[in-house]
Amino acid sequence: MDLNTLWFILIGVLFAGFFFLEGFDYGVGMLLPFLGKDDRTRRVLINTVGPHWDGNEVWLITAGGALFAAFPHWYATMFSGFYVAFVLVLLALIVRGVAFEFRSKLESPRWRGVWDWMLFAGSLAPSLLLPVALFNLLRGVPIDAKMTYQGSLITLLNLPALVWGLAGVLGFLFHGAIFLSLKTGGEIAAQAHTTARKLWAPTLVVLLVASIVGVLSTDVAMRWPVALFLIPLLAVVALGVSGLWLHKGRPGAAFVTVGTTILLVVSSLFLGLYPRVMVSSLNPEWSLTVYTASSSAYTLRIMSYIALALVPVVLLYQAWSYWVFRQRLVRESPLEY
Amino acid sequence: MDAITLARLQFGITTVYHFFFVPLTLGLPILVAIMETIYVRTGNEVYKRMTKFWGKLLLINFALGVVTGIVLEFQFGMNWSEYARFMGDIFGVPLATEALSSFFLESTFLGIWIFGWNRLPKALHAATMWLVALGSNLSGLWILIANSFMQQPVGYAIVGGRAQLTDFGALITNPNIITQYPHVITSGVVTAAFFIMGISAYHLLRQSYDQEAFWRSFRIAAVAAIIGSILVILVGHAQTQHIAQSQPMKMAALEALVQSEDPASFSLFSIVQQDGSEVSELVAIRIPAVLSFLTYNRFSGEVRGIRDIQAEYTTRFGPDDYVPPVMLIYFTFRIMVGAGFLLALLALIAVILVWRGSVERAPFFLKVLIPAIGLPYIANTAGWLLTEMGRQPWIVYGLQKTKDAISPAVTPGMLVFSLLLFTLVYGGLMIADIYLLARFAKQGTTEQEQAEQTALAY
Repeated sequence: MDLNTLWFILIGVLFAGFFFLEGFDYGVGMLLPFLGKDDRTRRVLINTVGPHWDGNEVWLITAGGALFAAFPHWYATMFSGFYVAFVLVLLALIVRGVAFEFRSKLESPRWRGVWDWMLFAGSLAPSLLLPVALFNLLRGVPIDAKMTYQGSLITLLNLPALVWGLAGVLGFLFHGAIFLSLKTGGEIAAQAHTTARKLWAPTLVVLLVASIVGVLSTDVAMRWPVALFLIPLLAVVALGVSGLWLHKGRPGAAFVTVGTTILLVVSSLFLGLYPRVMVSSLNPEWSLTVYTASSSAYTLRIMSYIALALVPVVLLYQAWSYWVFRQRLVRESPLEY
Repeated sequence: MDAITLARLQFGITTVYHFFFVPLTLGLPILVAIMETIYVRTGNEVYKRMTKFWGKLLLINFALGVVTGIVLEFQFGMNWSEYARFMGDIFGVPLATEALSSFFLESTFLGIWIFGWNRLPKALHAATMWLVALGSNLSGLWILIANSFMQQPVGYAIVGGRAQLTDFGALITNPNIITQYPHVITSGVVTAAFFIMGISAYHLLRQSYDQEAFWRSFRIAAVAAIIGSILVILVGHAQTQHIAQSQPMKMAALEALVQSEDPASFSLFSIVQQDGSEVSELVAIRIPAVLSFLTYNRFSGEVRGIRDIQAEYTTRFGPDDYVPPVMLIYFTFRIMVGAGFLLALLALIAVILVWRGSVERAPFFLKVLIPAIGLPYIANTAGWLLTEMGRQPWIVYGLQKTKDAISPAVTPGMLVFSLLLFTLVYGGLMIADIYLLARFAKQGTTEQEQAEQTALAY
């Protein structure tokens, strides 16, 4: 395997890690107005992701940095092309991050209400827009011979991509509800569990539709050997199984299976792309690939050493942080946020 | 306005805004970590109250620093795609390394620090703040390695119209970083020290409850302020000497030196008129030979003027306007240096008062320290403006011009849209941030503890 492919996989891993971790963060943010009946409950919900949201978000920032280092043309074409979408995502991440820190600093219900709303909107926008953007990489966007994007925001908001956006929103809501049922206790956990069970069927249906749309609106049907279709199929099956675990009252197992679904969906997307990184809808020749979009062999080698040295350390201390804060939170727990 | 102006305006606003929060994020974790370490060592509760008080202010500041940093990470691709294509092979390396080595470190351990007060052993909890300090200062190192390449390209070759990295070792030991990094780090320490001194002064003046906490904070900060402000000047001086070699046009502009001189004179006050690349002196009060001394440590030696360098660059790079906005650079430099010396003077007085044990008997000085919180911010902003504006018209010195770096896919309309949104949101957040900072800063340590207690009870 060459370094270009290795870095393509690494970026896939970064996105998968990001959606797995920040996915439940976003879910918690979106569930806030629905599960947070009173201020104390809302604080408990926010505090479940309190120690982690920032570290989780760094997965996205690192994915962005890795794109820049390993595939500068991918980075340049995607971020300049999907400009308005990324402006909205950035604004969402800004208000969301500040909301965590500022929200409970003052007692005023109006102050807290505003930041709660920002947490909700700031979680919803990336849940919707990031899957839309990523699916468009595979579906194809107008990229000319000079690797410049020729479309607009409307180009991105096509029906298949919006189905993927909806799958993102529902998927993260579901993921977040299960996370909450694991991380809270008492009445809050029970409510989160009920919500997760209600979300299961619609999420499954939308993921199924998104998978079908994904196959029909892209060229994977022509490119993939039959065996590869097992991966999206397994993603749907895993989501189905998570419903069974919830029914049996085992949110831990459900969390693992939903996490598996997220990893498999991201894998499907990246397998559909490879060796391309952005498909051109104007001319297949103009698609960016892991070879035409990449940095030099020397830079890829340097970056490989750096990643090899640092990624295991990062994984270790992030895992440790989840271990430190493994306790369930209840209304009586001391809260920082 | 055309796309290039809009894109530059947006970069300027988002970067200056981001850097409004960064210096405190560099310096304050170190001072908070020192306080918590003393607490762990001595068990003295006053240091715990100090740690929590300054820690809370750090967090309010940190949140905005982090989220505005995300914008910068993506902005190179969004607004400057041709720069990203030309430079990605090199610039992406420190940027990705920054994320991997520093962002993960600071954000993960800050989370652990905030929530870990009752879950971790004391020493381990203090260690997490040291890791936050390490993370933010490492992050500064990597981003300045990236910026240093833009000031002084090293370890590269131009292959197929793109800059390619050929020597990673040269990239991370760029001569520019050797002075730029310590200058930024020490200015972070100065910013944090004056932040602590100013707020402590407020409480010492008001005779707030818990005088001991603020008195001890003041003492620690005064020591940090004097060390930091002397270092920042010494390193800054070395940095300017380096710029004279690596970016002669920036040097000529910050001294408003129109004609080459040997020995070169230092400008006390200058007004130059600039019309494109045509530059002429209107007012010039200069001291002979002093600029040569500042540049070479001796009273002779040529410092080249704007006209000669413009002529040289025209031959080297083709006809264009190679003169950055002279007056802006000239005055931002003097604002930065003036603020720096004033800070050193204030730090000196503070240390002498602490030494003599007569801080409480100098209410006027304490009153002065409160607005002085803003001085480092002025110096920091002025410093970055002159660093980045002084490099113009280049985005990468001698390799790529700013006007060639912009995204062709982004229209002026889109830029106006994003510029308006960012400015609006940033403005709102700044108000909320300053409001919170002021409120918690005024509240003091014990009231804050009480507020937490009531919050827990209900």
